[in-house]
Amino acid sequence: MINRLWFYLMLIGIVTAGFFGRISIVPEVIFSAAEQAVSICIGLISIMAFWLGIMRIIEESGLINVIIKILRPVAAFLFPGIPKNHPAMSAILMNMSANLLGMGNAATPFGLKAMEKMQQLNPKKDTASLDMCTFLAINTSSLTLVPATVIALRSATGSMNPTEIIGTTLIATATSTTVAILFDRGYRFLERKKGGMS
Amino acid sequence: MLGKMISIISVWTIPAIILITLVYANIKGVKVFDVFVEGAKEGFDTAVKLIPFLIAMLVAITLLRESGAMDVITHFLMPLFNLLSIPSDILPLAIMRPVSGSSALAITTEILQNKGPDSLVGRIASTMMGSTDTTFFVLTVYFGSVGIKKIRHSLTVGLLADMAGFLAAVLICNKVFGG
Repeated sequence: MINRLWFYLMLIGIVTAGFFGRISIVPEVIFSAAEQAVSICIGLISIMAFWLGIMRIIEESGLINVIIKILRPVAAFLFPGIPKNHPAMSAILMNMSANLLGMGNAATPFGLKAMEKMQQLNPKKDTASLDMCTFLAINTSSLTLVPATVIALRSATGSMNPTEIIGTTLIATATSTTVAILFDRGYRFLERKKGGMS
Repeated sequence: MLGKMISIISVWTIPAIILITLVYANIKGVKVFDVFVEGAKEGFDTAVKLIPFLIAMLVAITLLRESGAMDVITHFLMPLFNLLSIPSDILPLAIMRPVSGSSALAITTEILQNKGPDSLVGRIASTMMGSTDTTFFVLTVYFGSVGIKKIRHSLTVGLLADMAGFLAAVLICNKVFGG
């Protein structure tokens, strides 16, 4: 998918440049864009390092367990098919907590662990269970409290107030997550009416 | 009122999280400095690993924009975006966000660099970027890791949520930062 997309992006870019008689800009654009990419990533190192450092303190101090405790009732409501003390549940909670803190990179390992544990509960191994679908719906809609990468990017590009988008992000993310959960519930309802499997 | 509350939350979230984390860890007797440094080491690898992805996508996107191709695409979708009062500069991001996280990041960077992070478009782009995730990527990786082939309603729900997130980002940014 991404391979074909990149191919077409490059193809269209180069062909269009030729069509509009701007073919000479192509090498120029390529090298300046590549250089820009590297300097952005170097700029990202600082903030990534900071947040992963804080994340480690949250894990080490046991604060993560407090967060898990707070989120457990929500998770129990969202994932009715998962027994309360099943390992899948704690992996899901760790994933949600990491997502809430904007630690996308920390969230992925927990998310994969959660999928592995949910697969053990899944009667049809090639088909997603309803709880898996809910889990994916919440993950793809993203559940962010601190959009760390965006803040880093804003400060790297010279924003006067890099964190001012936290509030608007909270509202947007709450909207997309709510929509995801509502549609997911809707599908669950339809499946039940059809007498489908869980 | 709403705008003021949101800006207060914006200013306080990060300091509060850091403060709570440090105080709690201190009470629990965690060696905060050592642990912090240990975790921070991973930040370097993560950022450096992004470089090849960012080069690939930033080159392609910049080429698309500088060649004039993006203008052509934007031109055709403009009426729809005007109708919803969405700035047309945001269009490439809206299209790319569910498909590829690294390219969405590249487009956001491009917008922030050229339009300014504190412009309305810059703020909308930032909000969109922070409030949605790469639906296709998440589905591929998560389902792929356990061998799920039939993904049922996941993709539909994911894309609907993305669309809701985009519209919410535009609306709320217009309300808070616009005018």
